[in-house]
Amino acid sequence: MTQHEPLHLHVPEPTGRPGRHTDFSYLRLSPAGAVRRPPVDTLPVDTSDLAYELVRVLDDDGAAVGPWAMQPDRELLRKGLRAMMKTRVFDARMLIAQRQKKMSFYMQCLGEEAIAIAHALALDPGDMCFPTYRQQGLLLARDDVDMVEVICQLLSNQHDPLKGRQLPVMYSYKRAGFFSISGNLATQFIQAVGWGMASAIKGDTRIASGWIGDGATAEADFHTALTFAHVYRAPVILNVVNNQWAISTFQAIAGGEATTFAARGVGCGIASLRVDGNDFLAVYAASQWAAERARRNLGPTLIEWVTYRAGPHSTSDDPSKYRPADDWAHFPLGDPIARLRQHLIAIGAWSEGEHADTQKQLEAEVAAAQKEAERYGTLADGNMRSAAEMFEDVYKDMPEHLRRQRQQLGV
Amino acid sequence: MKVDTETSADGTAAGTRSTPMTMIQALRSAMDVMLERDPDVVVYGQDVGYFGGVFRCTEGLQAKYGKSRVFDAPISEGGIVGTAVGMGAYGLRAVVEIQFADYFYPASDQIVSEAARLRYRSAGDFTAPITIRMPCGGGIYGGQTHSQSPEALFTHVCGLRTVMPSNPYDAKGLLIAAIECDDPVIFLEPKRLYNGPFDGHHDKPVVPWSKHPLGLVPEGHYTVPLESAAVFRPGSELTVLTYGTMVFVSEAAARETGIDAEIIDLRSIWPLDLAMLVDSVKKTGRCVVVHEATRTSGFGAELTALVQEHCFYHLEAPVERVAGWDTPYPHAQEWDYFPGPARVAAAFKRAMEK
Repeated sequence: MTQHEPLHLHVPEPTGRPGRHTDFSYLRLSPAGAVRRPPVDTLPVDTSDLAYELVRVLDDDGAAVGPWAMQPDRELLRKGLRAMMKTRVFDARMLIAQRQKKMSFYMQCLGEEAIAIAHALALDPGDMCFPTYRQQGLLLARDDVDMVEVICQLLSNQHDPLKGRQLPVMYSYKRAGFFSISGNLATQFIQAVGWGMASAIKGDTRIASGWIGDGATAEADFHTALTFAHVYRAPVILNVVNNQWAISTFQAIAGGEATTFAARGVGCGIASLRVDGNDFLAVYAASQWAAERARRNLGPTLIEWVTYRAGPHSTSDDPSKYRPADDWAHFPLGDPIARLRQHLIAIGAWSEGEHADTQKQLEAEVAAAQKEAERYGTLADGNMRSAAEMFEDVYKDMPEHLRRQRQQLGV
Repeated sequence: MKVDTETSADGTAAGTRSTPMTMIQALRSAMDVMLERDPDVVVYGQDVGYFGGVFRCTEGLQAKYGKSRVFDAPISEGGIVGTAVGMGAYGLRAVVEIQFADYFYPASDQIVSEAARLRYRSAGDFTAPITIRMPCGGGIYGGQTHSQSPEALFTHVCGLRTVMPSNPYDAKGLLIAAIECDDPVIFLEPKRLYNGPFDGHHDKPVVPWSKHPLGLVPEGHYTVPLESAAVFRPGSELTVLTYGTMVFVSEAAARETGIDAEIIDLRSIWPLDLAMLVDSVKKTGRCVVVHEATRTSGFGAELTALVQEHCFYHLEAPVERVAGWDTPYPHAQEWDYFPGPARVAAAFKRAMEK
């Protein structure tokens, strides 16, 4: 006769739910400046400790401390702050436009701005990102992407560069190193590895940067990507944005309970870091470290960015139904914009006045871009690309059956 | 379709020496030619590199072109196709092998949601000019995991091209056309035809390709254009629409019944050469659709519907379908499952009687 109690299924639960505060101690934070910075040619196995610690540079007073603190490049930091502010202003305005039914759908990156923007500034021209739908910062950090055109994609109007075929935010900008966003999760992660392999096959110097959220790491493509990246020592940065929530499921449902997503990398023989994603300086320093490894043929790096999805998953859900409404206010890693602003003011590279002026100027810039984009139509006014274009680009050359179908539609 | 100086307008090779080849040698020759001509072509898959593939289609290519262009991949069809899509975004032309068509399912998301739709969803910003080779079909006692004919799963996906050669000449020309094509191509290789034109008479030794005119293959570059079918056997009494192994099974049925069947080898299953099909059915007034894959929702259903739409007033009899039974592919009962010459012959007779 068995001496054991009956088995029971463990289904992870977050500590916080509507009406009950989250206990964020599960994050296991390291103090700012406490985590070592190994040389870029370190062996993957020697990053094991880093996969469970948290690389942080900015302390609570806004000072840059520890081995990951870089020589301050004030212009770069000012540019980063401005791009983060621009992204937040952009998101806020597009959210309103969605509520006004000018577009069908929108996704913000509120609270996660530092990750895409600092990362974009650490890459070189020609590198290729394979983003998820929450890395609009990769585009907005750049000076060569026209905001009007970006908004035209969101509005699905006459000037939508994707001809009305994709949901809003599923951008594609090859010339800006931004791969077409699928909308299916995780598929781009293994494609990023393939792009990196191609660069290595051709003896190029460009690298790839793949993106995934904590939730989608449960997909096979994530694990496959780690295997291929390790096997072929692909020049790729494997970014896992752990914003704690996948629609309504907490990161423990994706497998984050009592371990880290960075630890997945070490197990696959990949150098891995766990980094404060709301710390612009830490994101920039870790991205540079990983990019240098990739470019020196030292192979892939997996980085788990710890952050918090401050807004809803998309315009289609209400997070107050599944987590405390004020959760972000209690998130211990704070707001990336407030933290960089505090640092820049502390080092005398920014001021309250400059911040307020920049905010006003960015609001005017985004409003003007939106106004211009709306001249070419919105989803609400039906001023969209012609139905005839629906039949194009299925193949390079239109086969006969599509010609017939287009004719049948009468366009 | 690229036409170069070595290739005449009808796709036949001009001015190159021809050699007897098996289908395996012809496929290898196609990859060899393309690796030589285009530095952006890479070839990889499980067992493809050092060993040269379980069917030996890539034998010797790694030694000739190096490990960074011909290499082994982990056992991950999703990873193989996913990396190929990424390489396509970079500008390479990946030719990947799925060891058996029965194993492509883990790669479905990368094929259906990614490769097939990348050009469309990005409005041409990114493309996936990849070729996915996979041996298909039965006749080798492979059971349900080494015998499937999944072509209809691909023809249902907008943006893919699905191709199946029936002989060494077409295999090489179609594979070169597939590699040069800027669309993703699913390249199905009927493995029972690798070494000879198997006609379904499993109890008789198969004739080697060296004794068949279609086993004579030009050594250099040529293409068999995509979207072009071939009249495999001209005839006047009925039209057979088929592809792959069933081309030879249908030929045996015509020989054995004495019915003068016109056998159309689709070669490109989708998009297809509709005009040739329609012309033939209008001429003969009778049509039999033959494939190895299971019957219900098989590609034969689409062919039958197309014939009905385009040839209805020319038809003397209902369109007949011969296909695999709607069961998983069995092991021991292989020859009760496989739609051999007797089943095809019976359909010919039914079509003629009405």
